[in-house]
Amino acid sequence: MFALRRLIRFAVSMVVLITASFAMIHLIPGDPIRAALGMNAPLELVNQRRAELGLDDPIPMQLLAYVQQILGGDFGTSFMTREPVGQIIADRLPHTLALAGAATIFTLIVAVPLGMWAGIRTENGRNRGTELGFTSGTGALTVVPEFLYSIALIVVFSIALGWLPPAGRDGLDSYILPVLALSIGAIAMVARLARVETLRELGADYVRLARAKRLPVLRIYLRHVLPNTLTSTLTVGGLLLTGLIAGSVLVEFVFAWPGLGGRMVESITQKDYPVAQAIIFVYGAIVLVVNLIVDLLLSKLDPKSTIKET
Amino acid sequence: MRQLLRTPTGVIGLALVAATVILAIVGPPIWGEAAETIDAGAALQGASAEHLLGTDNLGRDILARVLAATRFSLLLAVLATVIGVGLGLLLGVLPSVLPRRAARLVTGAVNALVAFPALLLAMFTAVVSGLGARGAVLGIGMAIAPGFARLTQTLAASVAGADYVAAARLLGVPRWKIATRHVLPNIAEPVILNVTAVLGTGLVAMAGMSFLGLGVQPPEYDWGRLLNEGFGRIYLDPVVALGPAAAIILAGLGFNMVGEALAKSAARTSASAGPVSAAEVAPDDSAPDADAVLEVKDLTVTFPGGVTPVRGISLTLAPGEIVGLVGESGSGKSLSAFAIGGLVPYPGTVTSGRLRLNGTELTELGQAKRRKLLGTSMAMVFQDPMASLNPALTVGGQLAEVATVHQGAKRSAAWARAVDRLKHVRIPDPEKRARQHPHEFSGGMRQRAVIAIGLMGSPKLIIADEPTTALDVTVQRQILKLLREVSADTGAAALFISHDIAVVSELCHRVVVMYAGRIVEELPVSELAGGAAHPYTKALVASLPDLDTDKGEPLAAIPGTQPAPAEAGTGCAFAARCALADQRCGERPPLKEFGKAHTVACWHAGTVEIEVATR
Ligand code: SF4
Repeated sequence: MFALRRLIRFAVSMVVLITASFAMIHLIPGDPIRAALGMNAPLELVNQRRAELGLDDPIPMQLLAYVQQILGGDFGTSFMTREPVGQIIADRLPHTLALAGAATIFTLIVAVPLGMWAGIRTENGRNRGTELGFTSGTGALTVVPEFLYSIALIVVFSIALGWLPPAGRDGLDSYILPVLALSIGAIAMVARLARVETLRELGADYVRLARAKRLPVLRIYLRHVLPNTLTSTLTVGGLLLTGLIAGSVLVEFVFAWPGLGGRMVESITQKDYPVAQAIIFVYGAIVLVVNLIVDLLLSKLDPKSTIKET
Repeated sequence: MRQLLRTPTGVIGLALVAATVILAIVGPPIWGEAAETIDAGAALQGASAEHLLGTDNLGRDILARVLAATRFSLLLAVLATVIGVGLGLLLGVLPSVLPRRAARLVTGAVNALVAFPALLLAMFTAVVSGLGARGAVLGIGMAIAPGFARLTQTLAASVAGADYVAAARLLGVPRWKIATRHVLPNIAEPVILNVTAVLGTGLVAMAGMSFLGLGVQPPEYDWGRLLNEGFGRIYLDPVVALGPAAAIILAGLGFNMVGEALAKSAARTSASAGPVSAAEVAPDDSAPDADAVLEVKDLTVTFPGGVTPVRGISLTLAPGEIVGLVGESGSGKSLSAFAIGGLVPYPGTVTSGRLRLNGTELTELGQAKRRKLLGTSMAMVFQDPMASLNPALTVGGQLAEVATVHQGAKRSAAWARAVDRLKHVRIPDPEKRARQHPHEFSGGMRQRAVIAIGLMGSPKLIIADEPTTALDVTVQRQILKLLREVSADTGAAALFISHDIAVVSELCHRVVVMYAGRIVEELPVSELAGGAAHPYTKALVASLPDLDTDKGEPLAAIPGTQPAPAEAGTGCAFAARCALADQRCGERPPLKEFGKAHTVACWHAGTVEIEVATR
C-alpha cells in the first residue's frame, strides 16, 4: 500500500521534472538559439538549429515530441560538438556515479563509527571537552565547500608532495583526492547526526536492560545500539548520495573528472542548451530514483516504522 | 549580543563577521585602485614583498583584489539571501493562508523541492536567467527558498495552535491578517536566527558559482571569480589561490558560527554542574549476614552539585523473600534499585558501607567477575515493557545472548535454553515466538519475556522496578503471579519497587517505605493494615479504600508534596505534611527498632496522639 502511494508520487514528480526540463529552454528570455550561436551566426544555421529542436512547432506538440525522445533515450544533439547527447550521458554518467558512490560509502564507513564514538563518549554530558571539540570541529568542516577541499588537497598531495594525480581519472589512486574532497564535509555532517542518534538510543530503555544483563559494552554498542541507528543511517545515506551527486559537479570541475558535472558546467557556459537541459534532467531523475529506492527499502526493513504507522 | 560573547564560538564568529563587514565598507575605497591598476610588466608573478599574494595576468595585485572584492561578494550573498528568505517565508506562510487544497499543493511542492540538491536548482535558474551575477544570485536564492519555506512551515504550524491565533480565528480575522499580524511576528526570532547561517551558506554557494564560471563575469570580480582565475596557476604559484580561498572560508565560517551560537543561546537550558561530592561512608565493622541474599548498608547516591537523592539506606533480603520498596516518585526508590544493580547513570556516584550479593561484596570484585556474577544471579525488570526490549533484535536472541555471553554456551544450546525459558514464563508457542521481534508481542508478553531474560541464569535476586505500572489490570495480576511463582520456584529474593501500596501489600512479605531519599519505616506486610507506626505509612494505608480491592488510590491522597532531598533540611522530611510535627521534629528522627522485624523513623511513633491523629 505504501509502495503504491510512493510509486504514484514518484510518477508525479517525474512528470513535473520532465515538464520543468522541457520548459527550461522556453523560459530563456529572447531567442536562445541566437544567444547560443552568437549575433554573427548565419540565419540558415540558426533556422536549422531551431528546426532541430522543433522550436517552430506548437508547444504541446513539442512537449509530446520531447517526452517521446526521452523515453527513447534520445536527448538531441550538442550545439557545439555535434555529438548525440545520449552518448555523452552514457559515456560520462558511470564516472559520476562511481565517484559519488565511492564517496557515499567512504563517508558512511568513517562517519557512523566516528559519530557513535562521540556519542558514547559524551553520553549524559560527560567529557564536555570532547563534545565541544567534536561539535565545533565538525561544524567548521561542514562550512568549507567541496571545491576548496579539492584545491587544498591538490596543493598538498599533488603539488607539494607529488603523491597523487591532480586531475583526470586514471587508475585507482586518481579516485583518492576527489573522493576525499567530496567526503570531508559530508563526514562531518553525518558524524554529527550519528552522534545525536546514538545519544538518543543510549537513553532508550532497551539499553538499560542490556546493561542490566551485564553484556560487555562493545556488545551493547555494536549489537544493540548500532542496528537501531541503521534506519536513520539509511535515510541519511540516501540523502547523502543525492547531495554528493550534486556536490560532485564542483569536484569534477576541479579535478577535470570525466563525469557529467564538468560537462554540465561547460555546456552552461557555452550555452549548449541541449546538453545542459539533458544533464540537468538526468541529475534530477537520479535524485528521484534514489529517494524512491531509499523510501521503499526503509518501509521493508524497519519494523519500527510499521509500529509508528499503526 | 551579550549571550553571544559568552561562548568561544560566538566570539570568534562575531569577530570574523565584523571583519568581513568592515572590509566590505572600507575595502573598495582603500584597495580599489590598487586592485584595478594594470602593470603588464609584473604580470603573473608569485608571492613577493611587493605583492604578498602575487599578481594576476594583467599584473594586478591579488591581495588588493581579494580585499576590495569583499564588498561585492558580501553584497551578492546578501541579495541571494534576501531573495531566498523572502521567497521561503512566502511559501512557508502560504499554507496557513490558502484554502486547504491549495495549501496542500504548496506544502507538497515545497517538500519535493527540499529533496532536490540546492546546486541543481541554482544551475537550472542560472541557465534560464543567463550567465552572470544576476543569474547566480537568483539561482542561489531559489536554492535557499525551499529549505527556508520548510522551516517557516514548521515554525508557523507550532504557532498556529496557540490560543491567540485560535482566538483571532474565532473573531473572524481574515487569514492573511492572522498570518501577518499573529504568525509572522511570533516566529520572527527563530527566523532571524537562521538567516545568519543562511547568509554564510549563500556566500559560499555564490563563490562556488563564480568559481565554476557561472557567476560573476569579468571584468567584475568576487572571491569566487578570483579563485577561478588563480586556479589555473596553482601548479606554479599555489599562493595565488590562498587569498580568495581564505576569504571564502573565514567569512562563511564567521556567519555560520554566529548562527550556531545564536541558536544555542536561544535553546540554552541552565545546566550548571557543580563538583561531585561523594558522601563519606564509615567502614562497617559488624559481621555480614551470611544467609542474606542481599545486604545493603548506608547506600548513598550523589549527583554533582550536592544533589543526594538516596541517603544512606540499609536493606537486607533473605532467600525467597519478596520485599516491596514503596514511595512517591522522587523518594529515591528507583534510584536505590539502580544503585544496587550498579546501573546509576553518569554523573551519579554510588557509595556504600556494604553491598553484598549472596555473600560476595560487589564493590570488591573486578569488572569482569562482577559482570559475570550480576549477569547470572541478578535479574532486573523495568517499568515499560514496550521499550525494554530491543526493537531491532529477535526476542529469542535477546534471551540467548545472556547464555552465550556469561556461560559460554554454544548458539544452539543458548537458543534451546531461551525457548525453554519463554515456555517457563508461559509464552505460548515459544519456538515460534522466539524468532519474532518485540513489536509482535503484546505488552504483557513482553514483560514475561523480560522476566525470562532474568531466568536465563540462576537468579538469586530479582529487582523489579514498577514492572506492572504500564500494564492493564488483568495483565498486571498475571505478571504479579508469575513473579511470585518464579521467586518460589527458584528461591530467589525479590525487591519490588512500586508507588502502589495495594499491589505491594498483595505480593510482598515485607514493606520498606521511603520518603525523600530515606527509609522511614520497614515492617512485615501483615502489620501494614493495623500496625504501621509512621504517620506517612499510615496515611498511605488510609488512602486505600480497602486492602483487598486491587484498585487503590495512588499516594496523592496526602496533602502537600514531598520535598526534594536537598530541601528536606535537618529535621524530619515529613514534618511539613505531618499533623503531629512539633519542636522535636526539627531534628531528624533515627530509624529505630519498633517491634519484631519492624523499624520506624519517627519521634512520635507508637504514642497515643498518633493513633488519634491518623485515625
Ligand atoms: S518525626 Fe515528627 S514530623 Fe516526622 S513523622 Fe514523626 S511526628 Fe511527623
